[in-house]
This record gives sequence, C-alpha cells and structure tokens, in this order.
Amino acid sequence: MGLSRRNFLKAAAGSGLLAASQLSPVPVLAREPKTRLPEALGILYDATLCIGCKACMTACKEYNNLPADPSSPEGLWDDPLDLSARTYNIVKLYTSGTGKTKDQEADGYSFIRRFCMHCVDPACTSACPVKALSKDPITGIVKYNKDLCIGCRYCQIACPFNVPKFQWDTPFPEIKKCQLCDHRIKRGSYSACCEFCPNGASLFGEVQALRKEAKRRLSLPPGSQATFPIHRLDTGEYRYASVGHYFPKVYGEVDGGGTQVLLMAGVPFQKLGLPDLPPESTASHSETLMHTLYKGMIGPYVLFAGLFYLVYRNTTKKDLP
Amino acid sequence: MEASQPLGGRILTKPFLVLAAVALVGGVLIVYRYVFGLGAVTNLNDGYPWGIWITYDVLVGTALGCGGYAMALVVYAFNKWEYHPLVRSALLTSVFGYTLAGVAVFLDIGRYWNGYNLFLPWRVNFNSVLVEVALCIAAYVVVLWLELAPALLEARPDAKAQRLRRRLETLLPIIVSLGILLPTMHQSSLGALMIIAGPKLSPLWQTPLLPMFFLITAIAMGYAVTVFESLLSSLAFQRPYETPLLARISTVMVSFISIYLVMRFADLVWRGQVQLIFADNLTSLMFIIENLLFLQAVIILAKPGNRSDNRWLFLSAVLLLLGGAVYRFNAFLVGYNPGFGWRYFPALPEIFITLGIVALELLGYLYFVKKYPILPKAEHV
Repeated sequence: MGLSRRNFLKAAAGSGLLAASQLSPVPVLAREPKTRLPEALGILYDATLCIGCKACMTACKEYNNLPADPSSPEGLWDDPLDLSARTYNIVKLYTSGTGKTKDQEADGYSFIRRFCMHCVDPACTSACPVKALSKDPITGIVKYNKDLCIGCRYCQIACPFNVPKFQWDTPFPEIKKCQLCDHRIKRGSYSACCEFCPNGASLFGEVQALRKEAKRRLSLPPGSQATFPIHRLDTGEYRYASVGHYFPKVYGEVDGGGTQVLLMAGVPFQKLGLPDLPPESTASHSETLMHTLYKGMIGPYVLFAGLFYLVYRNTTKKDLP
Repeated sequence: MEASQPLGGRILTKPFLVLAAVALVGGVLIVYRYVFGLGAVTNLNDGYPWGIWITYDVLVGTALGCGGYAMALVVYAFNKWEYHPLVRSALLTSVFGYTLAGVAVFLDIGRYWNGYNLFLPWRVNFNSVLVEVALCIAAYVVVLWLELAPALLEARPDAKAQRLRRRLETLLPIIVSLGILLPTMHQSSLGALMIIAGPKLSPLWQTPLLPMFFLITAIAMGYAVTVFESLLSSLAFQRPYETPLLARISTVMVSFISIYLVMRFADLVWRGQVQLIFADNLTSLMFIIENLLFLQAVIILAKPGNRSDNRWLFLSAVLLLLGGAVYRFNAFLVGYNPGFGWRYFPALPEIFITLGIVALELLGYLYFVKKYPILPKAEHV
C-alpha cells in the first residue's frame, strides 16, 4: 500500500494549508468593544480623601518586593519621580497659583495616584504578540507572564496611560506593572495599597459596586458629613468625612473603553495628567482594521490566487528579449 | 537569466575595508548591549520604547528593501519583461535590507531567548498587529533567499547545483507570488502598528489609512531604490547606464507618489486636521519637510525630459527615499508623544550599531555583485 512520495507531499501541503487557515485570525465580524466583566475587581481612588501620605507607595513596594527608586543625588530616599520598573504606584501632586485650597483647580492643589488602570478593553493585551499580557477572564486583572514575553515593548507603545515599564538596566529585562496584588488576592487578601490607605482614598472592591459608590459620592451635597467606606467595600468598615467638591465625572467609567480603576477628584482630570480618551478603546480600532483586512485570511488567499494566476501565465508565456 | 554576469575584480578594496571597520565597531557595541542591557547603549526609555533600530533598521530598512517587491510586481504581475535586467540587483538589495532588519529586531527585543514563542501558533496572539508583521517579514526573508538562490546556484559548476536551480525555477510562480503577497501584507501592517497608539500619535499621522500610506510609499520607495542603486552601480563600476529603463520606472514611481499625496491631503481635510500643518512647531515643520520632499520629486519627474536625464533621475529618487524615510520617522517618533516630559534622541552607540548594520548590507552587496551573476551583462544593455 504505502503512500507514494508525491501523494504524501500533496497531503502534507494540503493539511499544512488547512492548519494555517484554522490558526488564522478568523473572527467573523469587526471587533466589538469589550464590555465589563460582571465580577471584575478594581480600585476606587478618591483624590478628595487623599492626604498624600504615600502609605500606598510604601505598601506597594513592600508587598511586590520592589527596590527603592531614588531620584536625589544622595540616593538615600525612595523618591521616584514617575512610574518605573521599580515603582508600580505613585502619588503625584497638582498645584496652581497660590496652591492654597485642596482639590481646587485655581489657586489650589490635588493629589493623584497613578498605577495600572486595568482597562476593560486593554490596548496592551491586544498589542502583545505572545499573550505575555493577558486579562483574567473573571477578575479582569491585567497580568504579565515573563516566561512568554519577548521584550518587544509594543505594550508600552499601545498603553494610553504609559503604565507598562521596562527594565532598561539589565541584560535580562522584564516588563513591570501593577497587577492589583493578584498574588495577595489569590490568598484571600486584597491590594496592599488599599489595605494600608488610612483614609479610604483607595478603596478595593468589585467594580460594579465601586461604580455605585462613586455615583453615591457625586450625589452627596458638598461640605456635608457622610460615611466613606475604607480599605475594601465588602467589609462594612467606614469613617466619617466631609464631602468634597467633586469634578462631576468618574474617570474610567467610559474613558478609553472604561477601566477597572476609577478615579474621582476635585480638579479636572486632564490637569492631573490623565489623557483625554474617546469612549472607544484603541484596541477595538486596531483589531477591527486588522480583522477587516484579514477576515478568515480570505483577502490574502484571494490575492495569492490572483497573483499566482498572473505570474504563472506570464512566466510560462514569457517572450524574453 | 542568461543576461547576468558576475562583475569580478578584487573583493578587498578600500571602501570594502572602511565598511568592514564600521561593521566591526557595530559588532563590538552589540556585544556590549547583550552584556549590559539596552539602556547601556541606547537612549530608549519608558516614554519612547522604540527608537532608531525600529524606525530606521526595520521600517526604513525594509522599505528600502522593497526594490525586489516593486520590480517583481511590474515584471511578473504586469508582464513587463523589459524591466527584467533590473530584477536581480533589486532583489539583492531586498535580501540584505530584509535579512538585516530581521537581525535588528533581535537586537531590539529585550527577551530574545523567548523569541521562538512568535512561531508557536498556540502562543501567538493573532489580534496583535506585530504578529502579522513579524511572521510576514520572517516568511518573506525566506522567500527572498529562494528568489535569489537561482542566481547564486548559477555560479556553481556542479551538476547537483544546476539540478537544484532548475527545480527552484519550476517553483518560481509560487515563490514570486508569495514574494509579492507578503510585502503587500507586512508593509501595510507596519503602518497599522501605530493605530493602537491612538491619541499618542499626532493627528497629522494617526489615520485609519496608515496601512495604505505605508504600502504605497513602500512601493514607490522600492522603485526609487532600484533607480538609485542602478545609477550608483553604473557609476561605481563604470558600466553603461540603464537610463531608458529607469525613465520608464520613474513614470510608475511618480504616479504612485502623486496618488499618495492626493490621498494624504484629502485624508487630512476629511478628518479636519489641516490647521495642524500651520501649528509652527516641530511636528508641523517635520510634516512640511516630509511632504515637500515627495512633492519636489513629483515636480522634477513631471517634466518628461527630466526622466531621461540621469542627474534628475538620481535626485528625484533620493528625494523620494528621503521623503519616505522622514514619513516613517514622523509616524513613529516625531509625531509620537507619550506625554509630558519624555524625550528621545538616539545615543551615539545606538547610531553606531545602526551604521554597522548598514555597512554590513553594503559589504554583502559588494561581495555578491562581484562573485555572482547579479548585474546585467554590459553588452546587453
């Protein structure tokens, strides 16, 4: 019996092509924007409650085993200027004019915490060629796997918040970013920044509940006394504080397709260094375009067939000078 | 095929040794990069994670390597066999442009030992534009060497080599079709890479037409580099000029770039971003330079007389190549703004590594045209 060589080659080529078509990007429709996961976890950061103590930064370093990131010439202090491969979380300060009144745009100041926003439709996971960055299907946490990463840094190009950071000073670098203390969550704990925030400025919880909490805060009369949950939303711990003068928006509700980290402040968010993003994610733009061009690889196959026809006809009938 | 022959002559000429020295400096710096990390030799940072290695070596390098693609398109797909004498030398520049772009990628990626993951289908994220680019370029490098292989085998006397050559030649239609399909895919995808950067890229360059613009300019640059290379090698090796052919190619080239310019400005008008051209800052200045380079090439070639004048031909090809290069630098670096405070300008070692790679390309070209039948036989021209 036996397979003749010719037939074997034919079969091999055929199955190769079939396999290739199975592996090709096949989504049938243009890519729809992704929606929020029902059990997604996140953080609500409220700048009006933040006193700038940076306990969250210290806790973040401790529980993620991150080294100090000194910026002063003496190098004695952990005083990072921005997020980096050594710093997943930073508290920044906005000031204007006299800088006297807290949470006020003119002649005021405001703190702002910056860390991974854990996007609903992340650009980094769409960009990553090897799934080294992935979004957890339950918690929605955007995680990094160094064993897959090739170090191409396309995630850094893609991220609208410039969150993924690269280790430039080592021959064996990794991408570094906040993973919402996923390692602590697995043990039943929660994000260190929220556990060590004394004021409830950083609040851990399910995103759906955090969104309700944010809306509640926006509806409270400014200056009145109200209860504010601290550490995490589901334990019922709270404290009393006076309601701040909120800028009427929860950043991350829709921005860039929505994020699982939500921000509230008294100052417009663009002043606090947050990008002004359209409600559609850049990932959906990019993927829609690619899926349109490469839908089922039909375009490339048809183009190849057409080219083959032309080239075959022209090379067999050629009339060389 | 019978119309090509090796140039012959000494390999170790003075230019060859100078280029070898530049390549050696690059090589030493590359070792340094692998020992101390990317930060030790580059000015790359978390704001500008992609620098000249991506923008020049990969984007411009592969566009300059589009000669083989552009010529294959006109000869094999549009049946213009009169251009066939130019195919092999165009192919040779493509082989080196693309192979070394592939090398540059491995210098640039930080965790290169994981690079094989790109070729394991179950590990690959097919939503990533970079996957399309990487796989397509890798496949095309193989196709290019297969396209060039008959020329290399032709120089060998043994019967085995000739059998292999004839076998490859029967596969020519498949190889050539892939050689046209693959660059069409990845040259457009190189532009699509920046779509996900969204508002970080200035609206002067951020458009859904990025893939289209990258493709058209790459094809035009492919013709331009063929003209450039043909004129330079005629000059350097004292061979007759191929002016009548180049004149006709320049007609094709100028029509591509005219269509491009019309689309480019129509797109800006359509998206309502024309005012940014007059913003009087670095990005607007670079936009103006980019488009003046293209426009000047069009203006020169619009006069039919200039097309059969070697000097005008050369100048227009150079202008077009510069325009295409500036467009790529603009779309990936100048127009890219990650936010307040980030700056990037390549470090000296970073530039020297790129120069080393360019030197290696030229070394390869010089060696191959002397040893193998690449350039058309002088008496046939």
